[in-house]
Amino acid sequence: MDLTFSEQETAFRGELRGWLAENPPAPEPSEGGEDEGREGTHFFWRRDWQRRLYDAGWAAPSWPTEYGGRGASLTESAIYFEELGRARVPMAANVLGLLLGGPTLMVWGTQEQKDRYLAPILSAEEIWCQGFSEPDAGSDLAALKTRAVKDGEEWVVTGQKVWTSGAQYSKWCMLVARTDGEVAKHKGLTYFLMDMEQDAVQVRPLRQITGEAEFNELFIEEARIPDANVVGGVGNGWKVALTTLMNERAGLGFALQIRLRQLLDDLIAIAAERGLLEDALYADALAELHVRCESIRLLAWKGLTDVEKYGQPGPEGSLVKWLWSDTNQRLTQLAADVIGPQALTAGTSWSYELLRARGNTLEGGTTEVLKNIVAERVLGLPRLKATA
Amino acid sequence: MDFGLTDDQREIQRTARELLAERARPERVREHAETGRTDERLWSELCELGWPGIAVSEEHGGQGLGRVELSILCEELGRAVAPVPFMGSVLAATLIEHSGSQSQQERWLGDLASGTSIGAIGLARNGTAELVIGAPDAQVVVLVEGEQARVLAVEEVEVTPLASIDPTRTAARVSAPAGAGETLDGDSAAGVDRAIVAVASELVGVCDRALEMTVAYVKERKQFGVPVGSYQAVSHRCAQMLLDTEKARSTAAFAAWTADADPERLAEAAAMAKAAASDAGREVTASAIQAHGGIGFTWEADVHWLYKRAQLDAALLGGAKSHRARLAAILARRAGSPVG
Ligand SMILES: Cc1cc2nc3c(=O)[nH]c(=O)nc-3n(C[C@H](O)[C@H](O)[C@H](O)COP(=O)(O)OP(=O)(O)OC[C@H]3O[C@@H](n4cnc5c(N)ncnc54)[C@H](O)[C@@H]3O)c2cc1C
Repeated sequence: MDLTFSEQETAFRGELRGWLAENPPAPEPSEGGEDEGREGTHFFWRRDWQRRLYDAGWAAPSWPTEYGGRGASLTESAIYFEELGRARVPMAANVLGLLLGGPTLMVWGTQEQKDRYLAPILSAEEIWCQGFSEPDAGSDLAALKTRAVKDGEEWVVTGQKVWTSGAQYSKWCMLVARTDGEVAKHKGLTYFLMDMEQDAVQVRPLRQITGEAEFNELFIEEARIPDANVVGGVGNGWKVALTTLMNERAGLGFALQIRLRQLLDDLIAIAAERGLLEDALYADALAELHVRCESIRLLAWKGLTDVEKYGQPGPEGSLVKWLWSDTNQRLTQLAADVIGPQALTAGTSWSYELLRARGNTLEGGTTEVLKNIVAERVLGLPRLKATA
Repeated sequence: MDFGLTDDQREIQRTARELLAERARPERVREHAETGRTDERLWSELCELGWPGIAVSEEHGGQGLGRVELSILCEELGRAVAPVPFMGSVLAATLIEHSGSQSQQERWLGDLASGTSIGAIGLARNGTAELVIGAPDAQVVVLVEGEQARVLAVEEVEVTPLASIDPTRTAARVSAPAGAGETLDGDSAAGVDRAIVAVASELVGVCDRALEMTVAYVKERKQFGVPVGSYQAVSHRCAQMLLDTEKARSTAAFAAWTADADPERLAEAAAMAKAAASDAGREVTASAIQAHGGIGFTWEADVHWLYKRAQLDAALLGGAKSHRARLAAILARRAGSPVG
């Protein structure tokens, strides 16, 4: 056990920290534009920020150098997210492409696909979205019904997707569709890259409890996808989708952990200012959040050691997302007590955090589904037979 | 950055687990718990192996290994709920070594490291510690009162044996007249924080075992024609037990590491570890009883030893709430507020 960083890792951190200090993002836009609303102006702000990262070679250091990354190690990649968080910069606009799409293509894509798609992900020229969930297939993703039928060199796709974050800005959609209705539900799926810029794909924004519309419904009516855009082979879509989902749960861990730390530091500062750390109830609640926040950090680092040593994540992967989402909800809820009415006033950052946190235990796999995964895959408990 | 154990540490863990699986089998733990006696044979074997002195410096007759190695042994002894006076002895040695003077170290550490003497530690108020684990077996007692700690030979204190709810270890009330014994002159926190981490590690082992037993049981036990572990109320409870255990494990590992490598962060890390481990110990072992059903409430099933050990360890050297209060004071200082 050695919880210190190597010289190379420290140098990596130093270089990045120096660059971030010299190159801060533009100030956060306070007002939504006429057409785009809050999330629209935010999106463009985040896209500009990603371009600056890209120009300096910092958009995705963990990617191999041949695809524009720095070939950073897992530890360096974790340091990268810690430093971005520390500097309080916005999330890159193409987060789904950078963290999910790119890594999925690196595992399953053909050489042509890698050559065609990876560079524009990095530069934010082409934004990606994730078209997995459907109205009747959420936790039970493999039950999805969107169909793709082969027509010569193309596939014709019809169906509906829902909760598709960032679809309104996206060029490419990671789409999972059913290509064989005769076989078992996990076996008849195929993973496609669907061009969003066609009339057959209609994007309708869905308003969230925060009032903004990060996510959307997709109505797909005979959209065309060239055969060359199948990722990982016909009928192999479930496995490819799992690669995407694993990256979703693992990659974001470090970034989210730091974001949580900052919110907590802010809240502690406010509580201290108001003398609430002298109140035993608040002191206990804040210290408990501190313990949780630090255990998330430690579990995330521990998970990384497992991947480096044994090539696969230990139980920590699912635990980190579960503990993080639960802790963020508790934290933002406690903020309503510490801060008072301001935290419940529309338009304040604390009220936004309070509402947004409710999505944390749903997105990227609900907490119940994560508990199922822990129970079945980590503890080896039997699964209750589903009737469908 | 490497969160894993070294090969040597892994080896210590493996041999400890194997030895205890053999020598501290549940029947044997039960036999001693039911008669309220220490397992003398096991204890002398552990002493021969040098376990009580694993973290004591070589200069004072120990093995000179680190707090991480000690934590490994504590965890394994917790898993086994071993009926030996190990914990009290290493905690007393820890305080004498890290908060005591050279002459105090010379006087006590050699015998504690070899097992010739047994130690015990208690939190006292007005000279009396109400419940000191292992005190009836002890030759040396360390009493911590506020910021002060003193070391006393057993002749200098009054030991009134009593039964705690955990019969796998002996216990007593210990009283010392004012001025008796010697105060430990050094920084008492340096010793106490290290001691706290050792207790947290034992709790991790207790949790780990409780989870292991529970998972095995709910896979086997059938109701309504299926294993009860297939019900989510049960399986999600087990998942929660794992989460609590891993939280305690990662914070305890971090704290043990800081004790040797980054002592500046020890106070905070120890408080985090004990807060997490005390809560986990109570929750996880309580869940183990619930998931076992009626069997779990019987004297015959072994889960209650774990529950009882967890209750005592959760309170030993301060419960979760008192450690969170310490953390809050640290946070307040950091936030530049006048408190703490
Ligand atoms: C902010 C946000 C962004 C999102 N972005 C995207 C995106 O970009 N792309 C995308 O494809 N999807 C996205 N999603 C969708 C998300 O993945 C789904 O909401 C999630 O998988 C749950 O599916 P569902 O909404 O259909 O809920 P359901 O599956 O219907 O679940 C309803 C309730 O039942 C519980 N439940 C379901 N199955 C089980 C079970 N087996 N055991 C125990 N409990 C169960 C759930 O935990 C939940 O509490 C997003 C969601 C949110 C909130």
